[in-house]
Amino acid sequence: MDYESLLNERLRNIKPSGIRRFFGIAEQMEDVISLGVGQPDFTTPWHIREAGIESLQRGRTWYTANAGLSELRREISKYYSRRFGVEYDWEKEVLVTVGGSEAIDGAIRAFVGPGDEVLLPEPSFVCYGPLATLSGATVVPIETYEKDNFRLTAEALKSKITDRTKMLILSYPNNPTGAVMRREHLEEIAKVLRGTNILVLSDEIYAELTYGDRHVSMASIEGMRERTIVVSGFSKAYAMTGWRIGYALAPAPIIEAMNKVHQYAIMCAPTMAQYAAIEAMRNGDEDVAYMRNEYNVRRRYIVDGFNKMGLHCFEPEGAFYIFPCIKGTNLSSEEFCERLVKSHAVAVVPGNAFGDCGEGFIRVCYAYSIEHITKALERINAFLDTL
Amino acid sequence: MEMLLKLLERNARYTNEQLASMLGTSEDAVAEAIAKYEKEGVLCGYKAIVNWDRLDDEHVTALIELKVTPKPDWGFDDVAERILEFEEVESCYLMSGSYDLAVLLTGRTFKEIAMFVAKRLSTMDSVISTSTHFVLKRYKDAGVFINHKKEDERGSFTL
Repeated sequence: MDYESLLNERLRNIKPSGIRRFFGIAEQMEDVISLGVGQPDFTTPWHIREAGIESLQRGRTWYTANAGLSELRREISKYYSRRFGVEYDWEKEVLVTVGGSEAIDGAIRAFVGPGDEVLLPEPSFVCYGPLATLSGATVVPIETYEKDNFRLTAEALKSKITDRTKMLILSYPNNPTGAVMRREHLEEIAKVLRGTNILVLSDEIYAELTYGDRHVSMASIEGMRERTIVVSGFSKAYAMTGWRIGYALAPAPIIEAMNKVHQYAIMCAPTMAQYAAIEAMRNGDEDVAYMRNEYNVRRRYIVDGFNKMGLHCFEPEGAFYIFPCIKGTNLSSEEFCERLVKSHAVAVVPGNAFGDCGEGFIRVCYAYSIEHITKALERINAFLDTL
Repeated sequence: MEMLLKLLERNARYTNEQLASMLGTSEDAVAEAIAKYEKEGVLCGYKAIVNWDRLDDEHVTALIELKVTPKPDWGFDDVAERILEFEEVESCYLMSGSYDLAVLLTGRTFKEIAMFVAKRLSTMDSVISTSTHFVLKRYKDAGVFINHKKEDERGSFTL
Protein backbone atom coordinates (compact mmCIF):
# COMPACT_ATOMS: atom_id res chain seq x y z
CA MET A 1 0.00 0.00 0.00
CA ASP A 2 1.08 3.54 -0.57
CA TYR A 3 0.74 4.71 2.99
CA GLU A 4 2.04 8.16 2.16
CA SER A 5 -0.97 8.82 -0.10
CA LEU A 6 -3.33 7.64 2.64
CA LEU A 7 -2.00 10.01 5.24
CA ASN A 8 -4.13 12.70 6.77
CA GLU A 9 -3.26 15.76 4.65
CA ARG A 10 -2.52 17.86 7.72
CA LEU A 11 -0.18 15.28 9.19
CA ARG A 12 1.67 15.07 5.90
CA ASN A 13 2.32 18.78 6.17
CA ILE A 14 4.02 18.37 9.52
CA LYS A 15 7.69 17.86 8.76
CA PRO A 16 9.66 15.52 11.01
CA SER A 17 12.17 17.49 13.02
CA GLY A 18 15.39 18.13 11.08
CA ILE A 19 17.50 17.28 14.08
CA ARG A 20 16.47 13.62 14.09
CA ARG A 21 19.47 12.83 11.94
CA PHE A 22 21.75 14.44 14.47
CA PHE A 23 20.11 12.54 17.34
CA GLY A 24 20.79 9.34 15.39
CA ILE A 25 24.51 10.09 15.29
CA ALA A 26 24.64 10.66 19.05
CA GLU A 27 22.61 7.58 19.90
CA GLN A 28 25.05 5.36 18.03
CA MET A 29 28.17 6.68 19.72
CA GLU A 30 29.66 5.19 22.83
CA ASP A 31 30.59 7.10 25.96
CA VAL A 32 28.52 10.10 25.04
CA ILE A 33 28.01 12.50 27.92
CA SER A 34 24.55 13.85 27.39
CA LEU A 35 23.14 17.16 28.51
CA GLY A 36 20.26 16.59 26.16
CA VAL A 37 17.31 15.22 28.09
CA GLY A 38 14.21 17.14 29.05
CA GLN A 39 13.32 15.52 32.33
CA PRO A 40 14.46 15.30 35.95
CA ASP A 41 17.25 12.92 36.99
CA PHE A 42 15.55 12.35 40.35
CA THR A 43 13.27 9.38 40.75
CA THR A 44 9.75 9.90 42.05
CA PRO A 45 9.92 10.34 45.85
CA TRP A 46 9.37 7.02 47.57
CA HIS A 47 6.16 7.90 49.44
CA ILE A 48 4.56 8.89 46.13
CA ARG A 49 5.65 5.64 44.47
CA GLU A 50 4.23 3.79 47.47
CA ALA A 51 0.85 5.42 46.99
CA GLY A 52 0.83 4.14 43.40
CA ILE A 53 1.82 0.65 44.56
CA GLU A 54 -0.81 0.71 47.28
CA SER A 55 -3.54 1.57 44.78
CA LEU A 56 -2.54 -1.53 42.80
CA GLN A 57 -2.41 -3.69 45.91
CA ARG A 58 -5.88 -2.57 46.84
CA GLY A 59 -7.07 -3.58 43.40
CA ARG A 60 -7.98 -0.10 42.19
CA THR A 61 -7.59 -1.10 38.59
CA TRP A 62 -10.79 0.37 37.12
CA TYR A 63 -11.43 3.60 35.16
CA THR A 64 -12.06 6.71 37.19
CA ALA A 65 -14.52 9.49 36.34
CA ASN A 66 -13.54 11.09 33.01
CA ALA A 67 -12.42 14.29 34.69
CA GLY A 68 -10.37 12.35 37.26
CA LEU A 69 -10.83 11.19 40.86
CA SER A 70 -12.80 13.76 42.84
CA GLU A 71 -10.21 13.48 45.62
CA LEU A 72 -7.44 14.44 43.22
CA ARG A 73 -9.40 17.29 41.68
CA ARG A 74 -10.05 18.67 45.15
CA GLU A 75 -6.34 18.47 45.97
CA ILE A 76 -5.36 20.18 42.71
CA SER A 77 -7.85 22.96 43.35
CA LYS A 78 -6.52 23.46 46.90
CA TYR A 79 -2.93 23.35 45.70
CA TYR A 80 -3.46 25.98 43.04
CA SER A 81 -5.14 28.31 45.45
CA ARG A 82 -2.43 27.76 48.08
CA ARG A 83 0.53 28.13 45.72
CA PHE A 84 -0.63 30.61 43.08
CA GLY A 85 -3.69 32.27 44.56
CA VAL A 86 -6.22 31.32 41.90
CA GLU A 87 -9.47 29.59 42.84
CA TYR A 88 -10.90 26.79 40.69
CA ASP A 89 -14.07 24.83 41.43
CA TRP A 90 -12.89 21.22 41.59
CA GLU A 91 -16.18 19.92 40.19
CA LYS A 92 -16.36 22.02 37.05
CA GLU A 93 -13.04 23.68 36.47
CA VAL A 94 -10.44 20.93 36.85
CA LEU A 95 -9.62 18.20 34.33
CA VAL A 96 -7.05 15.48 35.10
CA THR A 97 -5.17 14.48 31.95
CA VAL A 98 -2.50 12.09 30.68
CA GLY A 99 0.38 14.44 31.36
CA GLY A 100 0.39 18.13 30.59
CA SER A 101 0.74 17.03 26.95
CA GLU A 102 -2.81 15.74 26.73
CA ALA A 103 -4.14 18.93 28.27
CA ILE A 104 -2.31 20.95 25.60
CA ASP A 105 -3.69 18.73 22.84
CA GLY A 106 -7.21 18.86 24.28
CA ALA A 107 -7.20 22.63 24.64
CA ILE A 108 -6.01 23.09 21.07
CA ARG A 109 -8.43 20.56 19.60
CA ALA A 110 -11.37 21.95 21.53
CA PHE A 111 -10.90 25.53 20.40
CA VAL A 112 -8.73 25.78 17.34
CA GLY A 113 -9.63 24.87 13.77
CA PRO A 114 -9.27 25.88 10.11
CA GLY A 115 -9.16 29.63 9.65
CA ASP A 116 -7.84 30.26 13.14
CA GLU A 117 -4.45 31.65 13.94
CA VAL A 118 -2.46 30.46 16.93
CA LEU A 119 0.26 32.76 18.25
CA LEU A 120 3.36 30.95 19.38
CA PRO A 121 6.29 32.76 21.02
CA GLU A 122 9.55 31.07 20.07
CA PRO A 123 11.95 29.49 20.97
CA SER A 124 9.42 27.09 22.39
CA PHE A 125 8.84 23.49 23.29
CA VAL A 126 8.11 21.49 20.16
CA CYS A 127 4.55 20.20 20.59
CA TYR A 128 2.34 23.28 20.20
CA GLY A 129 2.93 24.06 16.52
CA PRO A 130 2.33 20.54 15.15
CA LEU A 131 -0.80 20.07 17.29
CA ALA A 132 -2.27 23.36 16.06
CA THR A 133 -1.40 22.40 12.48
CA LEU A 134 -3.11 19.05 12.97
CA SER A 135 -6.20 20.94 14.09
CA GLY A 136 -6.13 22.88 10.82
CA ALA A 137 -5.04 26.19 12.31
CA THR A 138 -2.29 28.48 11.09
CA VAL A 139 0.64 28.83 13.45
CA VAL A 140 2.03 32.35 13.74
CA PRO A 141 5.44 32.36 15.43
CA ILE A 142 6.45 35.37 17.51
CA GLU A 143 10.21 35.66 17.87
CA THR A 144 11.57 36.47 21.29
CA TYR A 145 15.09 37.74 21.85
CA GLU A 146 17.91 37.37 24.30
CA LYS A 147 17.97 41.17 24.76
CA ASP A 148 14.44 40.86 26.24
CA ASN A 149 15.52 37.81 28.31
CA PHE A 150 13.43 35.74 25.88
CA ARG A 151 10.19 37.23 27.21
CA LEU A 152 7.17 37.93 25.06
CA THR A 153 6.70 41.70 24.76
CA ALA A 154 3.41 43.54 24.33
CA GLU A 155 4.64 45.20 21.11
CA ALA A 156 5.62 41.89 19.51
CA LEU A 157 2.26 40.41 20.51
CA LYS A 158 0.26 43.38 19.17
CA SER A 159 2.03 43.25 15.83
CA LYS A 160 0.86 39.66 15.23
CA ILE A 161 -2.77 39.91 16.32
CA THR A 162 -5.35 39.78 13.51
CA ASP A 163 -9.11 39.19 13.31
CA ARG A 164 -8.35 35.50 13.04
CA THR A 165 -6.25 35.19 16.19
CA LYS A 166 -7.89 32.55 18.38
CA MET A 167 -5.25 31.58 20.88
CA LEU A 168 -1.95 32.72 22.38
CA ILE A 169 0.32 30.03 23.72
CA LEU A 170 2.42 31.08 26.69
CA SER A 171 5.00 28.72 28.04
CA TYR A 172 6.87 30.15 31.01
CA PRO A 173 9.08 29.10 32.76
CA ASN A 174 10.28 28.23 29.31
CA ASN A 175 11.77 25.15 27.72
CA PRO A 176 14.35 25.68 26.12
CA THR A 177 15.44 29.13 27.34
CA GLY A 178 14.74 29.01 31.09
CA ALA A 179 13.06 32.43 30.77
CA VAL A 180 10.27 33.45 33.14
CA MET A 181 7.56 36.12 32.91
CA ARG A 182 7.19 38.12 36.11
CA ARG A 183 3.97 39.78 37.17
CA GLU A 184 4.85 43.07 35.46
CA HIS A 185 5.56 41.30 32.17
CA LEU A 186 2.31 39.34 32.34
CA GLU A 187 0.44 42.60 33.10
CA GLU A 188 1.76 44.05 29.84
CA ILE A 189 0.48 41.05 27.89
CA ALA A 190 -2.84 41.12 29.76
CA LYS A 191 -3.33 44.78 28.79
CA VAL A 192 -3.25 43.74 25.15
CA LEU A 193 -5.61 40.79 25.60
CA ARG A 194 -8.29 42.12 27.96
CA GLY A 195 -11.40 42.93 26.00
CA THR A 196 -10.48 40.63 23.10
CA ASN A 197 -11.80 37.14 22.39
CA ILE A 198 -8.35 35.62 22.40
CA LEU A 199 -7.75 32.60 24.63
CA VAL A 200 -4.46 32.01 26.40
CA LEU A 201 -3.09 28.50 26.70
CA SER A 202 -0.66 28.94 29.58
CA ASP A 203 1.61 25.92 29.93
CA GLU A 204 2.94 26.24 33.47
CA ILE A 205 4.46 22.78 33.83
CA TYR A 206 7.70 24.27 35.23
CA ALA A 207 5.87 26.57 37.69
CA GLU A 208 7.52 24.96 40.73
CA LEU A 209 10.99 25.33 39.26
CA THR A 210 11.77 29.01 39.56
CA TYR A 211 14.91 30.25 41.28
CA GLY A 212 14.14 33.87 42.00
CA ASP A 213 10.61 34.96 42.79
CA ARG A 214 7.78 32.48 42.93
CA HIS A 215 6.04 31.77 39.62
CA VAL A 216 3.07 34.01 38.81
CA SER A 217 0.21 32.36 36.96
CA MET A 218 -1.33 34.16 34.01
CA ALA A 219 -4.72 33.27 35.48
CA SER A 220 -3.95 35.37 38.56
CA ILE A 221 -3.67 38.57 36.51
CA GLU A 222 -6.77 40.75 36.54
CA GLY A 223 -9.22 39.91 33.79
CA MET A 224 -7.23 36.90 32.61
CA ARG A 225 -8.80 34.01 34.48
CA GLU A 226 -11.83 33.99 32.18
CA ARG A 227 -9.70 33.61 29.06
CA THR A 228 -6.85 31.44 30.34
CA ILE A 229 -6.44 27.68 30.19
CA VAL A 230 -3.77 26.75 32.71
CA VAL A 231 -1.96 23.51 31.88
CA SER A 232 0.31 21.89 34.42
CA GLY A 233 1.23 18.52 35.82
CA PHE A 234 3.36 16.41 38.09
CA SER A 235 6.19 15.44 35.76
CA LYS A 236 8.70 18.19 36.43
CA ALA A 237 7.94 19.28 39.99
CA TYR A 238 7.64 15.79 41.49
CA ALA A 239 9.91 13.92 39.04
CA MET A 240 6.95 11.92 37.76
CA THR A 241 7.43 12.04 33.97
CA GLY A 242 6.72 8.35 33.42
CA TRP A 243 3.45 8.39 35.35
CA ARG A 244 1.82 10.58 32.70
CA ILE A 245 -0.32 12.71 34.91
CA GLY A 246 -1.24 16.36 34.40
CA TYR A 247 -4.21 18.70 34.51
CA ALA A 248 -6.00 21.66 33.01
CA LEU A 249 -7.65 24.50 34.97
CA ALA A 250 -10.11 26.82 33.25
CA PRO A 251 -13.64 28.23 33.45
CA ALA A 252 -16.35 25.56 33.38
CA PRO A 253 -17.40 25.90 29.70
CA ILE A 254 -13.78 25.44 28.61
CA ILE A 255 -13.25 22.39 30.82
CA GLU A 256 -16.54 20.96 29.60
CA ALA A 257 -15.40 21.28 25.98
CA MET A 258 -11.99 19.78 26.75
CA ASN A 259 -13.59 16.95 28.69
CA LYS A 260 -15.58 16.08 25.57
CA VAL A 261 -12.36 15.51 23.62
CA HIS A 262 -10.84 13.76 26.63
CA GLN A 263 -13.72 11.32 27.18
CA TYR A 264 -13.70 10.14 23.57
CA ALA A 265 -9.95 10.08 23.06
CA ILE A 266 -8.64 9.00 26.45
CA MET A 267 -11.47 8.05 28.84
CA CYS A 268 -9.43 8.91 31.93
CA ALA A 269 -5.87 9.32 33.17
CA PRO A 270 -4.22 6.16 34.60
CA THR A 271 -5.81 5.32 37.95
CA MET A 272 -2.67 4.36 39.90
CA ALA A 273 -0.99 7.57 38.70
CA GLN A 274 -3.95 9.55 39.99
CA TYR A 275 -3.57 8.00 43.44
CA ALA A 276 0.14 8.72 43.41
CA ALA A 277 -0.65 12.31 42.43
CA ILE A 278 -2.97 12.73 45.42
CA GLU A 279 -0.06 11.77 47.69
CA ALA A 280 2.23 14.20 45.83
CA MET A 281 -0.17 17.11 46.39
CA ARG A 282 -0.74 16.25 50.05
CA ASN A 283 2.78 15.48 51.20
CA GLY A 284 5.16 16.47 48.42
CA ASP A 285 6.07 20.08 49.25
CA GLU A 286 9.36 19.16 50.90
CA ASP A 287 10.38 16.99 47.97
CA VAL A 288 9.73 19.82 45.57
CA ALA A 289 11.73 22.25 47.71
CA TYR A 290 14.62 19.81 47.94
CA MET A 291 14.78 19.22 44.18
CA ARG A 292 14.41 22.92 43.41
CA ASN A 293 17.38 23.67 45.65
CA GLU A 294 19.45 20.95 43.97
CA TYR A 295 18.61 22.28 40.50
CA ASN A 296 19.52 25.76 41.64
CA VAL A 297 23.01 24.64 42.74
CA ARG A 298 23.55 23.03 39.35
CA ARG A 299 22.07 26.03 37.52
CA ARG A 300 24.55 28.45 39.09
CA TYR A 301 27.39 26.03 38.45
CA ILE A 302 26.64 25.44 34.77
CA VAL A 303 25.85 29.08 33.94
CA ASP A 304 29.14 30.09 35.53
CA GLY A 305 30.92 27.29 33.66
CA PHE A 306 29.62 28.40 30.26
CA ASN A 307 30.31 32.05 30.90
CA LYS A 308 33.89 31.23 31.96
CA MET A 309 34.36 29.30 28.70
CA GLY A 310 33.28 32.36 26.78
CA LEU A 311 29.91 31.02 25.63
CA HIS A 312 27.67 33.76 26.89
CA CYS A 313 24.64 32.55 28.74
CA PHE A 314 21.76 34.73 29.88
CA GLU A 315 20.62 34.09 33.45
CA PRO A 316 17.80 31.54 33.26
CA GLU A 317 15.37 31.86 36.15
CA GLY A 318 13.23 28.78 35.68
CA ALA A 319 12.95 25.19 34.41
CA PHE A 320 16.22 23.22 34.14
CA TYR A 321 17.76 24.45 30.93
CA ILE A 322 20.29 27.04 29.90
CA PHE A 323 20.39 28.52 26.42
CA PRO A 324 23.94 29.70 25.70
CA CYS A 325 24.75 31.72 22.61
CA ILE A 326 27.26 30.07 20.28
CA LYS A 327 27.31 32.75 17.55
CA GLY A 328 30.90 33.64 18.45
CA THR A 329 32.07 30.27 17.12
CA ASN A 330 30.78 31.11 13.60
CA LEU A 331 29.10 27.73 13.48
CA SER A 332 25.40 27.13 13.01
CA SER A 333 23.59 25.49 15.93
CA GLU A 334 23.46 22.15 14.14
CA GLU A 335 27.09 22.29 13.02
CA PHE A 336 28.15 23.11 16.55
CA CYS A 337 26.18 20.25 18.07
CA GLU A 338 27.17 17.74 15.43
CA ARG A 339 30.88 18.55 15.68
CA LEU A 340 30.73 18.60 19.45
CA VAL A 341 29.18 15.16 19.66
CA LYS A 342 31.40 13.64 16.97
CA SER A 343 34.70 15.01 18.23
CA HIS A 344 34.16 15.30 22.00
CA ALA A 345 31.14 13.10 22.64
CA VAL A 346 28.92 15.61 24.39
CA ALA A 347 25.27 15.74 23.39
CA VAL A 348 23.36 19.03 23.54
CA VAL A 349 20.37 20.15 21.48
CA PRO A 350 20.64 22.75 18.69
CA GLY A 351 18.56 25.84 19.47
CA ASN A 352 16.83 25.86 16.08
CA ALA A 353 14.97 22.69 17.10
CA PHE A 354 12.78 25.10 19.07
CA GLY A 355 12.07 27.56 16.28
CA ASP A 356 14.06 29.50 13.69
CA CYS A 357 15.00 32.22 16.16
CA GLY A 358 16.77 29.60 18.28
CA GLU A 359 19.51 29.56 15.62
CA GLY A 360 22.83 30.57 17.16
CA PHE A 361 21.99 28.98 20.52
CA ILE A 362 22.12 25.53 22.09
CA ARG A 363 19.89 24.03 24.75
CA VAL A 364 21.74 22.49 27.65
CA CYS A 365 19.89 20.62 30.36
CA TYR A 366 21.26 20.63 33.90
CA ALA A 367 19.12 17.84 35.35
CA TYR A 368 22.39 15.94 35.90
CA SER A 369 24.82 15.44 38.77
CA ILE A 370 27.59 18.01 39.36
CA GLU A 371 30.18 15.35 38.49
CA HIS A 372 28.44 14.67 35.16
CA ILE A 373 28.17 18.39 34.40
CA THR A 374 31.82 18.92 35.31
CA LYS A 375 32.94 16.23 32.87
CA ALA A 376 30.75 17.67 30.12
CA LEU A 377 32.06 21.19 30.71
CA GLU A 378 35.66 19.95 30.46
CA ARG A 379 34.92 18.29 27.15
CA ILE A 380 33.09 21.32 25.76
CA ASN A 381 36.01 23.51 26.79
CA ALA A 382 38.43 21.19 24.99
CA PHE A 383 36.16 21.28 21.94
CA LEU A 384 36.14 25.08 21.89
CA ASP A 385 39.96 25.04 21.92
CA THR A 386 39.94 23.10 18.64
CA LEU A 387 37.83 25.71 16.83
CA MET B 1 26.11 28.33 54.15
CA GLU B 2 24.49 25.13 55.37
CA MET B 3 24.37 24.06 51.71
CA LEU B 4 28.18 24.33 51.69
CA LEU B 5 28.32 21.61 54.36
CA LYS B 6 25.91 19.42 52.43
CA LEU B 7 28.01 19.75 49.28
CA LEU B 8 31.25 18.95 51.13
CA GLU B 9 29.59 15.98 52.76
CA ARG B 10 28.84 14.68 49.26
CA ASN B 11 32.26 15.38 47.85
CA ALA B 12 35.04 16.88 49.95
CA ARG B 13 37.20 17.34 46.87
CA TYR B 14 35.13 20.10 45.27
CA THR B 15 37.46 23.05 44.79
CA ASN B 16 36.61 26.37 46.38
CA GLU B 17 36.09 27.69 42.88
CA GLN B 18 33.50 25.01 42.16
CA LEU B 19 31.79 25.52 45.50
CA ALA B 20 31.65 29.28 44.97
CA SER B 21 30.09 28.77 41.60
CA MET B 22 27.48 26.31 42.91
CA LEU B 23 26.56 28.58 45.80
CA GLY B 24 26.62 31.81 43.85
CA THR B 25 29.27 33.38 46.07
CA SER B 26 32.98 34.20 45.94
CA GLU B 27 35.92 31.88 46.49
CA ASP B 28 37.03 34.03 49.39
CA ALA B 29 33.65 33.67 51.08
CA VAL B 30 33.84 29.88 50.67
CA ALA B 31 37.37 29.73 52.08
CA GLU B 32 36.34 31.89 55.01
CA ALA B 33 33.28 29.77 55.78
CA ILE B 34 35.28 26.54 55.62
CA ALA B 35 37.96 27.95 57.93
CA LYS B 36 35.27 29.05 60.38
CA TYR B 37 33.55 25.65 60.32
CA GLU B 38 36.89 23.91 60.85
CA LYS B 39 37.73 26.16 63.78
CA GLU B 40 34.34 25.60 65.39
CA GLY B 41 34.67 21.85 64.97
CA VAL B 42 31.69 21.63 62.61
CA LEU B 43 33.94 20.30 59.89
CA CYS B 44 35.90 17.57 61.68
CA GLY B 45 37.92 16.08 58.85
CA TYR B 46 38.01 14.85 55.25
CA LYS B 47 38.48 11.23 54.18
CA ALA B 48 38.47 9.14 51.03
CA ILE B 49 36.16 6.17 50.66
CA VAL B 50 38.40 3.33 49.48
CA ASN B 51 37.24 0.02 48.12
CA TRP B 52 40.18 -2.12 49.29
CA ASP B 53 38.61 -5.25 47.82
CA ARG B 54 39.56 -3.96 44.38
CA LEU B 55 43.23 -4.23 45.34
CA ASP B 56 43.01 -7.79 46.70
CA ASP B 57 44.28 -6.22 49.84
CA GLU B 58 43.58 -8.10 53.07
CA HIS B 59 41.15 -5.80 54.77
CA VAL B 60 38.53 -6.86 57.26
CA THR B 61 35.96 -4.70 58.99
CA ALA B 62 33.88 -5.76 61.98
CA LEU B 63 31.19 -4.26 64.11
CA ILE B 64 31.61 -5.04 67.81
CA GLU B 65 28.68 -4.66 70.15
CA LEU B 66 29.81 -3.91 73.69
CA LYS B 67 27.79 -4.09 76.85
CA VAL B 68 29.36 -1.86 79.45
CA THR B 69 28.79 -0.96 83.09
CA PRO B 70 28.58 2.81 83.24
CA LYS B 71 30.76 4.52 85.85
CA PRO B 72 29.02 6.62 88.52
CA ASP B 73 30.32 10.02 87.44
CA TRP B 74 31.52 9.35 83.94
CA GLY B 75 28.73 7.29 82.42
CA PHE B 76 29.95 5.62 79.27
CA ASP B 77 32.38 8.36 78.29
CA ASP B 78 35.29 7.04 80.30
CA VAL B 79 35.37 3.59 78.73
CA ALA B 80 34.59 5.03 75.29
CA GLU B 81 37.53 7.41 75.54
CA ARG B 82 39.85 4.55 76.35
CA ILE B 83 38.58 2.59 73.38
CA LEU B 84 39.12 5.54 71.01
CA GLU B 85 42.83 5.41 71.72
CA PHE B 86 43.30 2.16 69.80
CA GLU B 87 44.23 2.97 66.24
CA GLU B 88 42.36 -0.11 65.00
CA VAL B 89 39.11 1.57 66.03
CA GLU B 90 37.58 3.36 63.08
CA SER B 91 34.32 4.51 64.66
CA CYS B 92 32.78 4.33 68.10
CA TYR B 93 29.19 5.22 68.98
CA LEU B 94 27.02 5.17 72.09
CA MET B 95 23.85 3.32 71.15
CA SER B 96 20.28 3.04 72.31
CA GLY B 97 18.85 -0.48 72.54
CA SER B 98 20.17 -3.83 73.66
CA TYR B 99 23.86 -2.91 73.85
CA ASP B 100 25.79 0.21 74.73
CA LEU B 101 28.78 0.88 72.50
CA ALA B 102 29.18 0.05 68.82
CA VAL B 103 32.80 -0.14 67.72
CA LEU B 104 33.85 -0.42 64.08
CA LEU B 105 37.22 -2.09 63.75
CA THR B 106 39.46 -2.68 60.78
CA GLY B 107 42.23 -5.19 60.59
CA ARG B 108 44.07 -7.40 58.10
CA THR B 109 42.49 -10.74 59.03
CA PHE B 110 39.51 -12.16 60.89
CA LYS B 111 41.87 -13.60 63.46
CA GLU B 112 43.59 -10.29 64.06
CA ILE B 113 40.27 -8.65 64.86
CA ALA B 114 39.09 -11.57 67.02
CA MET B 115 42.34 -11.42 69.00
CA PHE B 116 42.04 -7.66 69.42
CA VAL B 117 38.55 -8.04 70.85
CA ALA B 118 39.62 -10.86 73.15
CA LYS B 119 42.77 -9.17 74.41
CA ARG B 120 41.97 -5.47 74.40
CA LEU B 121 38.24 -4.97 74.63
CA SER B 122 36.91 -7.95 76.64
CA THR B 123 39.52 -7.44 79.28
CA MET B 124 38.54 -3.87 80.13
CA ASP B 125 37.03 -3.47 83.61
CA SER B 126 33.67 -2.12 82.68
CA VAL B 127 33.05 -4.34 79.64
CA ILE B 128 30.46 -6.99 80.47
CA SER B 129 30.23 -8.73 77.12
CA THR B 130 31.16 -8.36 73.44
CA SER B 131 29.61 -9.62 70.24
CA THR B 132 31.58 -9.49 67.00
CA HIS B 133 29.99 -9.18 63.54
CA PHE B 134 32.22 -9.26 60.48
CA VAL B 135 31.34 -7.20 57.41
CA LEU B 136 31.08 -9.53 54.40
CA LYS B 137 30.21 -7.06 51.70
CA ARG B 138 29.90 -3.30 51.49
CA TYR B 139 27.07 -2.04 49.30
CA LYS B 140 27.05 1.62 50.26
CA ASP B 141 29.42 3.55 52.48
CA ALA B 142 29.02 7.14 53.66
CA GLY B 143 26.44 7.71 50.93
CA VAL B 144 28.61 6.26 48.17
CA PHE B 145 27.69 3.17 46.17
CA ILE B 146 30.45 0.53 46.31
CA ASN B 147 30.78 -1.84 43.33
CA HIS B 148 27.60 -0.52 41.85
CA LYS B 149 27.20 2.09 39.16
CA LYS B 150 23.85 3.76 38.71
CA GLU B 151 23.06 3.95 35.00
CA ASP B 152 21.27 6.92 33.51
CA GLU B 153 18.36 5.23 31.80
CA ARG B 154 16.93 8.40 30.33
CA GLY B 155 18.77 8.15 26.98
CA SER B 156 20.62 11.03 25.34
CA PHE B 157 17.78 13.19 24.08
CA THR B 158 14.26 14.28 24.72
CA LEU B 159 12.94 17.65 23.65
